[in-house]
Amino acid sequence: MDYTTKFGSLSSYEKGRIDVIDDDAKHYAFSNIFEVAEHAKPWEKIAVGKNMQYVLEVIRAEGTSPWRTCAHDEFPLVMDGQLVLELVKLDVPLAPEGKNGSIAISGEPAGKRMGRITLRRGHQALLPANSAYRFHAETTSVILLQTILGDDTVQKWAEICLS
Amino acid sequence: MSMNEVVQSSAPNGAGYKSFTIGAFTFGRDEFFARIAWPTGTHVLSVDVFLRALQRDVAWDFFYGTVNFDSVIGTVNHYGTVDLFAGRYNESYRKAELDYVENFESGHLRETFKAMLEDWTNSEFDPFASPAETGKPFGEKSGSNTSAITRRRVAANRMVGVPGDEQIRTDASHPINRMFADVSQDEPLLEAEPGFENEVAAFNLFAYLSRSDVTWNPSVVSVCKESLYCPTTEEYILPVIHGNDRIEWFVQLSDEIRWEVEDGDTGKKRAAVTMKAGDVAAMPGDIRHQGYSPKRSMLLVWENGSPDLPRLIAAGQAPIYPVDF
Repeated sequence: MDYTTKFGSLSSYEKGRIDVIDDDAKHYAFSNIFEVAEHAKPWEKIAVGKNMQYVLEVIRAEGTSPWRTCAHDEFPLVMDGQLVLELVKLDVPLAPEGKNGSIAISGEPAGKRMGRITLRRGHQALLPANSAYRFHAETTSVILLQTILGDDTVQKWAEICLS
Repeated sequence: MSMNEVVQSSAPNGAGYKSFTIGAFTFGRDEFFARIAWPTGTHVLSVDVFLRALQRDVAWDFFYGTVNFDSVIGTVNHYGTVDLFAGRYNESYRKAELDYVENFESGHLRETFKAMLEDWTNSEFDPFASPAETGKPFGEKSGSNTSAITRRRVAANRMVGVPGDEQIRTDASHPINRMFADVSQDEPLLEAEPGFENEVAAFNLFAYLSRSDVTWNPSVVSVCKESLYCPTTEEYILPVIHGNDRIEWFVQLSDEIRWEVEDGDTGKKRAAVTMKAGDVAAMPGDIRHQGYSPKRSMLLVWENGSPDLPRLIAAGQAPIYPVDF
């Protein structure tokens, strides 16, 4: 028998459901990555998971992102589309030591080029601590980012979750 | 005295299997069933169900929180010691005062469970495998399957694929699973400048998961401080009913899983959560859950591995529900 593996995408996804018996659907903070991305602004970092200070952010990737940097490692997973990731080793770290979440960099980052990575659906990359990074997406793509709640994390749970 | 010496076991019974005693609990098996006895009761369950649950409890070193083998038997991890219980999280047993709990040093219970798993697992049965991909656990004792039950648990320090860390899977050791034959195996295109080869890193997570030879066995692929990505491939039924001692998150990467959610303390039904590809949901800190996956699927289990969380939740300083809205 041939099996078909169902992945979601911006153009084709189906959201699941909660059948409540004796509970509150809000307790599950149930959302869908592609539905969130569908209604997001490009490069907005929308939390879809939060466990104390740690978050999972959905990012709608469209065109070229601003440069960002972070004091800790982050990990983007491409859920739909294709991206090019550029990395620069900063001459001087720009994110304060111990700061959670990434910060935007104005202008071009000062440092050595580390390289670039072409990522497609299912690919996960390392954004090394204190590097500068930016993405480029020719067509609208979707990223799920493993990171920590930062100044630019958007929380709009009532809009995205089943209730 | 070594841990092996504290494992108490009997001579083989008529079916060839040893019985094991720890504290006031005894565990025996025959051709079809595992039988557990404690001072206030007895319990029986299919040896198939028992071995699949026992395998996870051993491999996960009692995991986070409560590992219910079924609605009666299970363990609670206190990270250094472990409760072994019967009926403790079953309202009927508690009302009848037939529940029983005993606390053991983790190493003592671990070695007893490992010895039981080794003795009770026959050569054709792999407790980690989908039932469609392994032999049966039933019948008289017939050899052992040490390599299957002692698989190394993958745990990346930074990320799979980073030089010096856990590496990607290949045909040589991990052929693509029959249900993931259509999953793209292309790897990211890495163009590292000289000197940055160790930090320009990426891998195909979906291809990596398509080659998993186990089910319902989360393994760490990336680490952001205490934030752990623990993806796993799921087929058939989660062999334990997991009651976490913290909030746990699921990201359904492919296909579909239905979660039956019960109250963690009483076992009363609370909800059924059906997750499809792209769905994200939290499992609150006061429930227990069991998943049903009709086709092999990819599930990203996301954990906060902080050792402080159980204490903070017990003190009311950390939430049991993920967000307020």
